[in-house]
This record gives sequence, structure tokens and C-alpha cells, in this order.
Amino acid sequence: MMLQIKPILSALRRHKAGAVLIALQTALTLAIVCNALFIIQQRVAHLSAPSGIDEANLLVIENNWASKLSKDDADAQQRADLIALRQLPGVHNAIASNSYPMRGGGWDQFITLTPDQTTAIGDPAVYLGDEHFLDTLGIKLIAGRNFRPDEIHPIANRENVMPPVTIVTKALADKLFPDGSALGKSIYAMSSTPTVIVGIVDVLQTQSLENWQMRNAYQSLIWPMRQVGDAYYILRAEPGQLAAVRQAAVKALYAQNRMRIINDDGVLDYAQIRQQAYDSDHGMAVLMGIICVVLLAITAAGIVGLTSFWVGQRRKQIGVRRALGATKRDILSYFLTENLLIGIAGVVIGACLAIGMNLWMVSHFEMARLSLTYVLAGIVLLLLLGQGAVLAPAVRASRVSPVEATRSV
Amino acid sequence: MFGYYVQLGVRSLKRNPWLTALMVMAIGFGVAASMITYSVFRAVSGNPIPEKSERLFIPQIDSWGPKYNLLGNEPPYALNYVDAMAMMRTHKAKHQTMLYPIGLSALPRGGQSIPFTVEGFTVQSDFFAMFDVPFQYGGAWPTSDDDQRAAVVVISRKLNDKLFGGENSLGREITLSGHNYRVVGITENWNPKPRFFAVWGGSSFGNPSDIYIPISRAMDLRIDTAGNNSCRGRIDYSDWDGWLQSNCVWVTPWVQLDSAAEVMQYQQFLEGYAADQQRAGRYGWAPNVRLRNVMEWLDYMQVVPKESSISLLVALGFFAICLINTIGLLLAKFLRRAGEIGVRRALGASRREIYMQYLIEAGAVGLAGGVLGLLLTALGISGVGLLFQPQIARLAHLDITLVGLTLLVSIFATMVAALYPTWRAAQVQPAWQLKSN
Repeated sequence: MMLQIKPILSALRRHKAGAVLIALQTALTLAIVCNALFIIQQRVAHLSAPSGIDEANLLVIENNWASKLSKDDADAQQRADLIALRQLPGVHNAIASNSYPMRGGGWDQFITLTPDQTTAIGDPAVYLGDEHFLDTLGIKLIAGRNFRPDEIHPIANRENVMPPVTIVTKALADKLFPDGSALGKSIYAMSSTPTVIVGIVDVLQTQSLENWQMRNAYQSLIWPMRQVGDAYYILRAEPGQLAAVRQAAVKALYAQNRMRIINDDGVLDYAQIRQQAYDSDHGMAVLMGIICVVLLAITAAGIVGLTSFWVGQRRKQIGVRRALGATKRDILSYFLTENLLIGIAGVVIGACLAIGMNLWMVSHFEMARLSLTYVLAGIVLLLLLGQGAVLAPAVRASRVSPVEATRSV
Repeated sequence: MFGYYVQLGVRSLKRNPWLTALMVMAIGFGVAASMITYSVFRAVSGNPIPEKSERLFIPQIDSWGPKYNLLGNEPPYALNYVDAMAMMRTHKAKHQTMLYPIGLSALPRGGQSIPFTVEGFTVQSDFFAMFDVPFQYGGAWPTSDDDQRAAVVVISRKLNDKLFGGENSLGREITLSGHNYRVVGITENWNPKPRFFAVWGGSSFGNPSDIYIPISRAMDLRIDTAGNNSCRGRIDYSDWDGWLQSNCVWVTPWVQLDSAAEVMQYQQFLEGYAADQQRAGRYGWAPNVRLRNVMEWLDYMQVVPKESSISLLVALGFFAICLINTIGLLLAKFLRRAGEIGVRRALGASRREIYMQYLIEAGAVGLAGGVLGLLLTALGISGVGLLFQPQIARLAHLDITLVGLTLLVSIFATMVAALYPTWRAAQVQPAWQLKSN
């Protein structure tokens, strides 16, 4: 096989253009496919990140009052709403909060370990919730305790009260106290009043899934408060009861008080919330997937086309070689080796292009660094694709009969 | 001769339909991918107010200081209440408006109806003239209404249709979140894309606004922002009034400056204001202000979603590969006919004529690819909602420019791709070909 390389190279010199075109096409395809596959992997990893909550049974209702209520009024109305919701058949539990995981944005607050520190240690998402919060969302408490009912305070819009206690996620606890001693420690949330960590929960996704928040992924905290006034009601249905609860809950709220606004797009289950939250990730993954498939198909077709042309052009030479004793196998391996050589040249250039393209995207679009596994996988993929594409024309070449040598055309 | 070459081209393309189909598909897919992603990119990166974008500016004042500022010591994206009110009172620019997004409730006519949400902005009288808001009836409220904190409202045509069945409702009263407002203007449906004036406070590609009320009235009623609110340092307020005095930023200012001289004056005014605050002890740092116009602001705020840019780039790369593919296939196709070229050259065809013939053949491939590309583009744009967020996807549309561009790009690109194969074809030596046959 090695002996063949020299004649192949000198033959390639006779049709440089075709070889260069195939190499170039292979190189660019490799660069794009590597990056596209990498983007797909990143996006899929992002959108399959767990939220830590019982998504299958949760329903979120955005409730706004038709006119501005006093704090006491709003508090009374909300208590009545929550009692009504919790009494509904099929409802496991219900709470009122300022937000919900994967909402697409919301409240975050800087955290420091001393009151006069200016550089924040964490920037967690802030959830307001009462003692039912953990049970309603189905979050696992892994250390410490839940809020007690006497710790919960109603809070009105723009009211700023620092609660004495808080529950944080493990991710936030580890960020703030890497030695694992978070429980019972005090933290400061842009305030001179300390807040003591009384509980640690396992996983609770943040409200925003944007890049800035993902740098603090899973860092969330819960304050023992109930946001009165406009708020989100979060309901956890008994397994299998979600559809029924969805029907009943809105009706029950309107029966309670008609002067409220619940928009059609203000009642969401987690399938819908996930879809909205990860829309662009899903879209990018699909788009890149389509581009990869079509690109590989076109490149393969191009290789088949050009090689077929070469085979046609060289029928006479092939006949001569066959007449001089070359086996079918020799002819087949000639074309396969030729394609391999061109392919190798292509993937070497392509690997550089792929990395260059990724570095450019890293600097412009905050992308992650391309892992070399993708480049290697892409190289193998394209070399195999080339060999596969060249197989049919090469087999046809190997079938050229030695008699061709004697024909004039 | 042209007709003859077209005929020759078509016959040659028919001779190997498989190869031709491959080329047409490569061009079609390549151009369609580029056009679909371009149509989205075009929509999100466009200039929302081309006639005035150079004259509208968003002033920024450093109210946080170097300790808390954004990366690169950039001042906050908006103003706090105190600075906003000071700028409003000084009214240094000829036209200016403060604004923030709001969400209120409205009640349709009829006793049995239930309230619904309306979104909009609190603004000042100048807002409408500055941003060329088109009116169906009436117009902006007079400046005096801003000063008198009047309960007036400008509503959208859509809301007018919903509340008043589309009739001229000027002077009628509407109730928003329990308070009455007199309608003074009804806008046409207006929603610039991107919504440059509320990029940070609201959302760049949000729903059209239904209401605009005077900011002075909104402050009296304590109507909270429905948009962003960002604070730094210690939050030591405890209620609404404390919040207003805090360093939290949430009010977006816009000014119209018609000449370079006005821009310079305004810049000096901003710096002067910041220096005054430093002297007064409010800010413990040197003036750090910005004055960006519309396009500079959109660029700084990175309004174009990175998904859109990345997909456009990848699609262009994809198109490039398709073209390289086409070069290879055309080369194979043309050179396979070296004998035919030799005969034609021997019979007196000049190189020029060979060029003509093969470029026309390539043009035909380009045209066919363009038509296929157009079909795929139309298909893709109707399905773009599956790939991009709905609010961005609905911006993409197939218009006459895009149709023209699709066809033109595919024909032009294919002809460029054909240059090298054609050159090779024209280099064929007639004598050599005739001899070997």
C-alpha cells in the first residue's frame, strides 16, 4: 500500500484542481460540522439541565388585581385565594410567590459575607415563599429545617425588609462557604442586617437562564415572605390531576373575586414553561442538526461526482494497469488511498479552521471552548465519509476490463 | 447566439440529469439557508428609525461609582429617580422624554366583562414627536399636561377597537387600574423593531404598547415600573418613597439633538450636572457620562440575539461549501466535454464564445438553484417559528427584496463558481483533442 503513494501523488499533480477542491470542501465541512455538533451538545446540555422541582405536577397562574389594593386588603385576598386553591380536589398544595423557576428573568440579589464587603460573592435568584414553598415545588431539603409559620411575613411592592432567616440551595451554600459550613451562618443581601441560613435544599433552578445567571447556575435562595398584590400562584397537583386542576383553579379564583386578571397565557404548566425558556436552545440545536446532515450529504455527493469523473477520465490508464497485472483490489485501493490522502490534507486544514472558527465565536458570542474530542470525532467522520463516498466509483473503476487498454477511447 | 447557447446549455444539463440535480440542489440549499437566516438577521439588526436615529440620544450618568459600575466602568443603563427628575426639570434638550414600562388593567364596556392587562409606557409629551409616532385621531397631550400632572392617555388603535369599537373616542374616559384617564390621542399600530427606546427597561421585541400616560401622573399614583430595576450597594430603603431616593435605576431618558453643536452642548451639560452632584457630595467620583445615539445604543446593548448572528455565519459557511462543491462538479462536467470543445474551437469558435457558452450554462444552473432556493426559503420562513423565539420569528418575512436577492445571489454566485471551470474549458487545445480522437 505504501508503495502506491508515490504514483498517486504524481497522478494527483496532474489534476490539482479537483484534489484541491475536494480537500477544501472537506476542510470547510469539518470546520462547520465540528462547531455545529459542539453547539448542539452545548444547547442540549443546557436544555436538559434539571430544575429540581416536580415539573410534571406543577401549574403556575399569574394573578393580577384589577385595581391597586392596600397591603392589608391584598394580604386578606391572597390568604382567601390560597385557602380556596388548597381545598380544590386534586390539589396537593399551593403558594404565592414573586416568580417561578425558568420564568426567563426576575429578582436577583448580590450576597456578601460581611456588611461592608463591596464585591459580591454570589448573585442568586430570590424566591419569596412561605412554609409550603418546598412542599409545593417538590424541592428536597438536605440540611437544616423548613420555615416556621411564624417566620412568614407578607410583603408589599417596593417594601424592603430583610428577613432574619433564609433557605439556600446547595450550589449557593457551596459558593458562599466552600468548606461546607453554610448552615447557621449569616449572610448579607445588600443590607447591614444579617440573614441566617437555616436550611439547605438540593437543586432549585434560577428564574433566568441567560448567560449572566448561568455563571451562578443553581444559586437560588428563598426568603420567608409572601408577596401580596400581583403574584404568581404555584399549584402542585396530585399525580395525574394536573389537567383537572387547571380547569378548576382559574374558575375557583374568579368565583372568589371577579376583579382580577388572569390572562390566557398567564396559566402555564411546566411543559409550556420549559418550551418558552429553552426555545432558542431547541431551535439552534435543530437548525445546526439540519445543516450538519445536509452539509455531509452534499460533501459526499460532491466527492462521488468528482471521483466518478476521474474514473471516467482514466479508464484507459486503469485498463493498462490491469493488463500489466494489477488486480481489482489494487485498483480499488488506489482510489481509496488517493481519497484518503486528499481527505487527510483536508482534515488537517479543517481542524485548524474549526478551532479558529470556535475561538472567534468564543470572543464574539461568549461561547465555550471547543473540546478536542469534537475535532477528533469530526476528523474520523469526514475521513469515513470520504471513503464511503469514493467506494462506488472505485468499485466501478476496479471492474474496468484490461481490454480497455487496447481501445482507443 | 444567446438563444443557441441557452439551448446547448439545457441539452448539456439534460445529458447528465443526476449531476445537474446535484448542482441545483447544492445551490438551492445553500442559498435558502443563507436567506432564511438573513431574513431573521435583517429584522433584528435593522435601524428602527432611520430618518432620526442619528439625532436621538440616550444620556447615561454614573450614579453607582467605580466600585459598582458595569464592566469597563460603564455607567448604569438607566437613571435613578432623583437624576431623572432633575433632568426633567432642567429640560436642557429642546425635545426630551423620560420613560418606563408599565402594565395596568383595563375594563371593556359592558357589565359582565372581566378586566384585562394593558401594557405601555409612562412618557412625556415630546415622546410622540421625537419618535414619529403616527396618530389615527388626536395627538400628543400638550406640555402643560405634563406640568399639571393631568390624567390623560394616548391609546393604540388596537385598544381603541377593543374598548370603543374603533370609533373616534377622543375626550372619552377610560379606567386603568381603578383610575380614570381622558383619551387625547389614538395611535396607529406602531411598534418599531427593535423597540430601541426600551431595550433595557422593557424588551427589544415585545408586544406593541397599548397605552401612554404622563410620567408625572404615574408618579402621583405610584405606578411601579413593569420593567427592570437595578440597585447597588446597600439597599437601605424600606418603602416606596425610600425606593425613589435610592440608587436603583429604572427610568430611561431620551433626548433629541439636531446638530453637532447641540450634541456637544448637551455632553457638556451632562458632565456639568455630574460635576455638580460630585460637589454636592451626592456622588464621590468624577463625572462619567455617555451620550449614545440609537444605533450606538443598540450595538452597545447587543440587541441582535447571538443565535441570529451564529446561524447567519454558519449558513454562509454552508453556502460557501455548496459553491466549492459546484465548482468541482462544473469542472468535471465541462472537462468531460473537452472533445466537443476541441471540435467547436477547430470549427472557428473563439475562446470568448466558449466562455459565453459555459457561463450561460452555469447561469441556467444558478437560476434553477435560485428557484429551488426560493421555494425552500419560503418553506423555511414559514417554519422559522420552530427555530427562533416566536417574537423574533414573526419578524422574518419573504418580501420582494428577499425574492430578488435570492435569485440574484444564486445566479451570481454560480457564475462566479463557474469562472475557473470555464477558464479551464477555454484553455482546451483543439489540436490535441482532435489528435487523440
